[in-house]
Amino acid sequence: MTTLDTLHTAADSLKTAVATKTQDTGWIMHHILDSRELDFPPFGVIHLPEIHLFGIDFSITKHLVFIWIAVIILSFFLIRAAKSYKKSKVPKGFNNVLEVLIVFVRDEIARPTIGKGFERFLPYLLTVFFFILTANFIGLVPYTATSTSNISVTAALALISFGVIQVGGMMKNGVFGYFRGLIPHGIPSWLLPIMIVVELLGLFTKPFALAIRLFANMTAGHIVIMALIGLIFILRTYFVVPVSISFALFIYLLEILVALIQAYIFTMLSSLFIGMAVHQEH
Amino acid sequence: MLLSKIIAVIALSGGEAGGGSPLDVNPGLILWTIVTFILLMVILKKAAWKPILNSLSERELFIKDSLEKAEKARLDAEKLIQDNKSAMLHAEKEAQNLIEQTREYAEKLKSQLLDESKAQSAKMIEDAKAEIERKNQEAFVKLKNQVAEIAVDAAEKIIRTNLDKEKQVGIVNKYLDELQKN
Repeated sequence: MTTLDTLHTAADSLKTAVATKTQDTGWIMHHILDSRELDFPPFGVIHLPEIHLFGIDFSITKHLVFIWIAVIILSFFLIRAAKSYKKSKVPKGFNNVLEVLIVFVRDEIARPTIGKGFERFLPYLLTVFFFILTANFIGLVPYTATSTSNISVTAALALISFGVIQVGGMMKNGVFGYFRGLIPHGIPSWLLPIMIVVELLGLFTKPFALAIRLFANMTAGHIVIMALIGLIFILRTYFVVPVSISFALFIYLLEILVALIQAYIFTMLSSLFIGMAVHQEH
Repeated sequence: MLLSKIIAVIALSGGEAGGGSPLDVNPGLILWTIVTFILLMVILKKAAWKPILNSLSERELFIKDSLEKAEKARLDAEKLIQDNKSAMLHAEKEAQNLIEQTREYAEKLKSQLLDESKAQSAKMIEDAKAEIERKNQEAFVKLKNQVAEIAVDAAEKIIRTNLDKEKQVGIVNKYLDELQKN
């Protein structure tokens, strides 16, 4: 999702646009949307296999490939770091960066928001933080796609988060105790029907917001970059090139920041919701 | 039925715009993601998070222990220094005391010796005086005896020569001459 391959596709679409005498925006969508093929503009296209099971389309898509790449990269570096800890307790090189992030998630996210018993949720929170972070950063590398800008992916992450929140709450308070604890104490009984509906809705809006937030943030930056590059082809002049490129570069740098912040926010809010589900008295 | 028709229409319109909308949800991808994520979590939990978190907390414990030990060692050292200082102070005081005592003793000894020698010399002087006195007395007694003897001798001679006046005067004069000579 970089300037280079954006320029390539933009040029391609310009050709088609000139041919059809229209100015379509399909090439932006082409970059944002999932597809059944991996595009490597000047070199060619790799078609991914289609799988249909139980009436559901299980085809391997572009975003899924990059999820798997993220998984491989993550596993490689983290397992290597874990092995290095067996040799010596002092981290070296890149493991220092990983340690800073791990300690950050443990001490700044999980410990203050969940409190007592936060260790049980650490594997989930660490995995989700590192997974989103890696996926976001992979999206910034040339010839790749941002899997976290796909609403299906973020919805899946939110569903897992939802599951962890509910199960965490039920394991601590018991199934019945958990649902009873959702309704605040000291509420007049005639309000109960409304409160039950509101609280149940609240359960689902939390992960929904998580999914939409991550999806929207990761998509928006890319659309803005495309639109800025697209200005060159829409205005059909070279004078706009410096403006477009410098603005696109600025947005690109902003995207690096957003990649970090969104991983942090998703983990932070998940942790916060887990904390609220586990310690209902607050 | 109506809902599915609406969704189909929306999807179709999206398809016309450019092959779909970013809001299209793909259930297959959701399932794939969930499966992948859970697998990743399980693998990482076993292979990465547990060892890393364990060694992190071990290291934290180790650092805490080391700091505590260092603190304890510091306190011990401080106490040792304090002890040393007080021992040194004590030793110095002792030494001072000893010097003071010795000096006092020496002073006392000196004055005592001085007194003793003074007394001795006084006694010696006294003795010498007494001796002189005794000798004087002795000499005086001797002289007295001699004088008495001489007087008796003289008297004897006078008596012997008492016969004539001339001789008497001559003898007396002779004796007086002798006395004068002596």
